[in-house]
Amino acid sequence: MDIILQQLVNGLSLGSVYGLIAIGYTMVYGIIGMINFAHGDVYMVSAYITAVAIALLSFFGIESFPVIIFGTLIFTIFVTGVYGWVIERVAYRPLRGSSRLSILISAIGMSLILQNYVQLSQGAKQQGVPTLLSGAIRFDIGDGFVQITYMKLFILVASFVGMAVLTYIIQKTKLGRMCRATQQDPKMASILGIDTDKIISTVFVIGATMAALAGVLVTLDYGGFDFYVGFIIGIKAFTAAVLGGIGSLPGAMLGGIILGLSEALFAGLISSDYKDVFSFSLLVVILIFRPSGLLGKPEVEKV
Amino acid sequence: MSQAATGIELKKTVIDSVLAGLLALIVFGPIVGLVLDGFDFNAEPKRLFMIVAVVMAGRFAASCFFQSTKGKDFLYKHSSKDEGVHVLSPDHKSKLKWIIPLTIVIAFLVPFIASKYILTVVILGLIYVLLGLGLNIVVGLAGLLDLGFVGFYAIGAYGLALGYEHLGLGFWSMLPIAAIVAAIFGAILGFPVLRMHGDYLAIVTLGFGEIIRLVLTNWTELTHGPNGMNAPLPTFFGMEFKRRASEGHVPFHEFFGLSYSSAYKYIFIYLILLLVVLGVLYVKKRLTQMPIGRAWEALREDEIACRSLGLNHVLVKLSAFMIGASTGGLAGVFFATYQGFVNPSSFTFFESALILAIVVLGGMGSTLGVVIAAFVLTVAPEMLREFADYRVLAFGILMVLMMIWKPRGLVRMTRIGVASREGNVK
Repeated sequence: MDIILQQLVNGLSLGSVYGLIAIGYTMVYGIIGMINFAHGDVYMVSAYITAVAIALLSFFGIESFPVIIFGTLIFTIFVTGVYGWVIERVAYRPLRGSSRLSILISAIGMSLILQNYVQLSQGAKQQGVPTLLSGAIRFDIGDGFVQITYMKLFILVASFVGMAVLTYIIQKTKLGRMCRATQQDPKMASILGIDTDKIISTVFVIGATMAALAGVLVTLDYGGFDFYVGFIIGIKAFTAAVLGGIGSLPGAMLGGIILGLSEALFAGLISSDYKDVFSFSLLVVILIFRPSGLLGKPEVEKV
Repeated sequence: MSQAATGIELKKTVIDSVLAGLLALIVFGPIVGLVLDGFDFNAEPKRLFMIVAVVMAGRFAASCFFQSTKGKDFLYKHSSKDEGVHVLSPDHKSKLKWIIPLTIVIAFLVPFIASKYILTVVILGLIYVLLGLGLNIVVGLAGLLDLGFVGFYAIGAYGLALGYEHLGLGFWSMLPIAAIVAAIFGAILGFPVLRMHGDYLAIVTLGFGEIIRLVLTNWTELTHGPNGMNAPLPTFFGMEFKRRASEGHVPFHEFFGLSYSSAYKYIFIYLILLLVVLGVLYVKKRLTQMPIGRAWEALREDEIACRSLGLNHVLVKLSAFMIGASTGGLAGVFFATYQGFVNPSSFTFFESALILAIVVLGGMGSTLGVVIAAFVLTVAPEMLREFADYRVLAFGILMVLMMIWKPRGLVRMTRIGVASREGNVK
């Protein structure tokens, strides 16, 4: 019983991270109908930037925990946002209007570029960040106990705040309205005076900042990372986006949490070696039986 | 287009390049300029400023060039994106007809001239030719982006190793069996993804490739996990290519009265591989002229139109998947026997991306292009060892640039057109 509860707790924080990254996939897919293959690698880059930011702050002698965390968050989110913008500008904008196959291949190329570029400049070895926040809340249940580390709690709170801010931006602000308009009908939106190119860039930046938030949180929690981490987590976040219905924001969050929970349960109860196999199989199964996901709209084939 | 705009706006150009430099500073600063070292970092300002300077200079030069008349002409020339298939006139006779037999003759002579090292590199190149041809059927002809192609490669390679260890099968029996098994896996993968389009298909096939790799890594009782497995060498009518043969066998060199050389086995593998590649090339050439090959291409260009014309898209897609997969399986068997050893680290996603880069660079659907690209992308990094670290980066940049500049690849697919029938039509 305590194992199940513990895995549910772990799954929830894992799932909220998947949800954050899934937002990047879902928004880009919603607006230009492409899978941003390099998105997982943007997450990976943000993990490196997190470590650099922490090292920089400690170099300047900053010790206080809140300052470090917020400094790192702001720095990482800003730089990763610029990454999102540059990637769109370099690899996707020149391809606007060409076939989907070309855009996807360009995205794969971008993913290879990011991975190798980080590997070349930072070295292939595993990197790490110091533990900033330790300790946990413990609940005794029967013979065992369930614990929530402060870091996991922080992940939950921070990702909740991130999602809430994003939802507010998309639902209430002018920028959000322009995003939604472009998502619905790019041609009509541009006729009505919305600079769709700019909106597409913005969406990439938003996706990158959410991935950066996830990158900071996970890096602080696990401590270790290398240039290859973006690949697996990218596919899983994509699975989450598809599960929730790609193109739908609440879907991405829901899908992330469902995937995180089910994966944690699978790892705890059946086999942790095969948990990635489980996620990939889940992706295939969802796409076969419910390609439009839980909250998505069915895709209409245009003739 | 107004002619007045041909002058170069210097102010805008300068602002552009300064902005580009600023962006480069933000983007490259934390990753290139500050290198992590434990929980500390080392600053590398020289590297960073080199990159920023290059970006600024490049942006400035590009800006100037594209504002000049020449640059505008260049942009115009390269703005036509989709070139499609190049159709030759029906009575087209190639002037280079002699080049194919000549290449084949040279190819058969290579192992007797080249050193052992060059031979091993060329074998690797040929294995990638095989892989490229297989994926070219799926991606180039049928237009189905398969990112899990490495899975079939792994099935072929592990098929040989497993068949040898558990069933006592050798190279010759596994060669066809691996192709068939890979084709069956191709069908297994093909069925569920038939309903999916471009992007979903890519991700699902990617997941499939990863599932195979993860199973190979984790199922240690069967595959010995990350430690890998031994694969047998091919035999020549039961003769082995070892210094001392196992019981009941005669080594190749003793039978022919030659002194032992480890190069014999590579020569032998090379010759079989060359025959297989030539066979696959021939089959592929025939296939593209047959209805099934034309159906693949038609489906690539417009699936909905094909389906409304009554083309059985299930059969067409499945056949592409299966034929592509079986070619990948063949390549896997050769890879295993060439290395004498397989382990899961040879079958990562990067390998799939490399094969895709071969297809993309060579020209989707173009056989000649794929053969050339396979050699360029595998042999060149071997020859230029110093640049080997940069090859993944180069592949990535290549893929992006090719998609922007020439989405259909360097060598356009060509086919000979159909002559109109002569007769008295009134």
